[in-house]
Amino acid sequence: MELLISVMVGVMIATGTYLMLARNVLRFIFGLILISNAANLMIFVAGRLTPESPPLIPDGADVPPDIVANALPQALVLTAIVIGFGLFAFALTLVYRGYQSMGTLMSDEMRLAEPEEDRQ
Amino acid sequence: MAEAAGEVPRAAGGPAGWISILIPAAIFVWLVQFVPAIASGEVILWAYDWVPSLDIRLSVILDGLSLTFALLISGIGALVTLYSARYLGNHPEYPRFVLYLMAFMFGMLGLVLADNLIALFVFWEVTTISSYLLIGFNSDEAKSRRSALQALLVTGTGGLALLAGIIMLGNVAGSFELSVILSQGDMIRAHPLYAPIVILFLAGAFTKSAQFPFHFWLPNAMAAPTPVSAYLHSATMVKAGVFLMARMNPAIGGTDLWFWTLTIAGGFTAVFASILAMRQTDIKQVLAYTTLMALGTLTLFIGAGTSDAIKAMMLFLVVHSLYKAALFLMIGIVDHATGTREAEVLRGLGRKMPVTAVAAVVAAVSMAGIPPLVGFIGKEFLYKAGLELDQGMFWVTGAAFAASALMFAVAGIVALRPFFGKLAETPKPAHEGPVMMLTGPLVLAGLSLYFGLFPDTIEAWLVAPGTWAVYGDPTVSVDLYLFREVNAAFILSLVTFATGAVIYAIHRPLRNWLGRVFEANPIKFDPGWDQVLDGLKALAAWQTRHLQSGVLQRYLFTVFATLGVAVGLTIWARDALAFDLDLSSELDGLLFKHWAVLIFVAAGSILTALTSSRMTAIVCLGVVGIGVALIFIMFSAPDVAITQLLVETLVVVLVAVAMLKLPHLDLPGRRDKRPWHGVLSIGVGVVSSAVLIAVMQGDIDRRLTDYFEITSWPEAYGRNIVNVILVDFRALDTFGEIAVVVVAALAAYALLRGTHYKKPVAAKEDEA
Repeated sequence: MELLISVMVGVMIATGTYLMLARNVLRFIFGLILISNAANLMIFVAGRLTPESPPLIPDGADVPPDIVANALPQALVLTAIVIGFGLFAFALTLVYRGYQSMGTLMSDEMRLAEPEEDRQ
Repeated sequence: MAEAAGEVPRAAGGPAGWISILIPAAIFVWLVQFVPAIASGEVILWAYDWVPSLDIRLSVILDGLSLTFALLISGIGALVTLYSARYLGNHPEYPRFVLYLMAFMFGMLGLVLADNLIALFVFWEVTTISSYLLIGFNSDEAKSRRSALQALLVTGTGGLALLAGIIMLGNVAGSFELSVILSQGDMIRAHPLYAPIVILFLAGAFTKSAQFPFHFWLPNAMAAPTPVSAYLHSATMVKAGVFLMARMNPAIGGTDLWFWTLTIAGGFTAVFASILAMRQTDIKQVLAYTTLMALGTLTLFIGAGTSDAIKAMMLFLVVHSLYKAALFLMIGIVDHATGTREAEVLRGLGRKMPVTAVAAVVAAVSMAGIPPLVGFIGKEFLYKAGLELDQGMFWVTGAAFAASALMFAVAGIVALRPFFGKLAETPKPAHEGPVMMLTGPLVLAGLSLYFGLFPDTIEAWLVAPGTWAVYGDPTVSVDLYLFREVNAAFILSLVTFATGAVIYAIHRPLRNWLGRVFEANPIKFDPGWDQVLDGLKALAAWQTRHLQSGVLQRYLFTVFATLGVAVGLTIWARDALAFDLDLSSELDGLLFKHWAVLIFVAAGSILTALTSSRMTAIVCLGVVGIGVALIFIMFSAPDVAITQLLVETLVVVLVAVAMLKLPHLDLPGRRDKRPWHGVLSIGVGVVSSAVLIAVMQGDIDRRLTDYFEITSWPEAYGRNIVNVILVDFRALDTFGEIAVVVVAALAAYALLRGTHYKKPVAAKEDEA
């Protein structure tokens, strides 16, 4: 399963990269969502995959059972998901606001700060 | 400046004036007390730890070489500041000038006295920067600014080379202390890094001392006020390169590389500069080129390296400083008084300016090398050292002879013609200079005469200790004399006078002829410099155009390509993928639900990338997000899965809402096809997969996890370890995470509120 998930993560990163390279900034946002999902998965998978044994300590015990999933990457990914969402929400608002002001979603046409004629 | 001459000056330039005169004078007097000790062969060391961790100490070495330089710097400094107080005292920027001059003087003193190479380099740069400010003192003239920048760039580049050389030498010798390095000459000369060290040090020295082919900046630097030219460009700064070579001679001198580089560059510079000097009509420019000649001669004799050559070099160093500073100051007085420096215009000033004439003639006679001036002794010893060389005898002696003969002619041009003959018309009526300005030239000319008549004094005080320091052997005997016997050197001197006299007699037709020759010469250094600078600017513009395109796509392309190449090369170089892929065991444990999730996520990603329908893209993103949540569930991360589901739902809702107001992904009839981006993306994806696979092959470090598992209940009373990590062990991180979300929400709110205002672009169009 590890090998196949690694390949799947690669597919997500490849498609995310392709989308982020697009002219249309909405596609850029899509790519951002994909890459942030892929990054979370990468951290999770790197902590090793353990099926059906969540990191919980049973009642009455002081320590979890011998075989239990790695808790550390889970905590990291939880934080990362939320922060990724914050970034996404802000980026989407920026795209929306940018369209309102400039009337385009094409990144190379957004030239309010650096008009084309100013460049040599 | 010239207009100010008739006005009543503020008394000696005001406080700035007398402070600037007193400081160098006091330093000079203070230094004089060390002369007996140094003359008896003592070397005084003093140190203060500056940056101990980097072995940088503010240490002082006072030996014959540094004392000679320090006395010249402070002594001529005092005379020059005295002169400046009258020459520039009325200038509105005079205090600024004094500040620069003092900064320069301290830099120069630090440079010659430093025993630590890093400290030496710092002072070296201080002189570079302060000389930039001094050359560009008349900053409202484009010519001044250009000359200043040229000097800064040439000497600054050499300074960088010097720094590299210093670091290499410090590593080789194991110390930056000169007193340690100088005793390790044999080890350094045998080291494989010896040649690079020499080349880097010489790059610094040659640029600073304007040796060919870096000679072009020095004549241009004459745009500076005359006192600056007299001080920096004859007696002190340009000699810093010579000083460096002399200082390092015991450590890195004495090899064939050193001998031939220095003698060829020095000899060529000396002769070439003397010829260029004949070409000039502006006397200040003539003096500038003769300074180049002197620097070339000094380099030539450091390279020659015998004890006699070093002796001659030390003597000529002092001789040249005395007569050249005097002549520069003299031409400043003449310029002040008559309003011109043209050799063709100035005639017969001797009657109107008798004192100036006396100083000028004495200094010029020393320059010509005529007895009984000390210049004669200097020239005699150059010849004597040259004739006794084992290798390169003809080259060294020949160069010294040619330069001296031309010098003889130049002395006639700068001191004979302007002061004798019939008085000619000048822009302003000639009159004698003020006492403050005459003091410098008179004192310096007097010293030239005194040392000529009593060579024992200069021998004991300066030349002998200096020779010991540069030659690295305190047993060398130095015996200077004006005349003792008719020997080969004396005969060569007589031939020099005869040749020089002939050149002087024909110097006007010669000048015209040289002018035509150089006009026809295609290689021009000064315009060449402009071309180099223009090329550099064009390169910078070209580079900026390509790196800073202002197109988001290109920036991102660069970022992703760098990521892919850097990580990919690392994997390849480290051989991180060298293991056997065991596909059968991989496929064995795979259930239908695993297959389904893998396929859904991969297919969803690919479809998002390829579709031009917004609805399809949102749906596919949802599928991918939920697939990721399912992976979290299957592999024992229920908390993560819940969060993921929640966030994914929000993402889809937000994108859907935003889309109500946004246009379609592609313009009608256009499709999004970018094959090169596709290639790059696949590369980045492959590299990412490879990284993850490589990580999975290695051992996992579970120390943190183990700690959390053991302490979760006993210490934090939580049975869900992930939650305990988030709210207890790493609570501050979680707080930061909440802060990020709040800031993002506030920023998004601010952006959205802004949409109610009128658009600035539209407003402009309305007006039009």
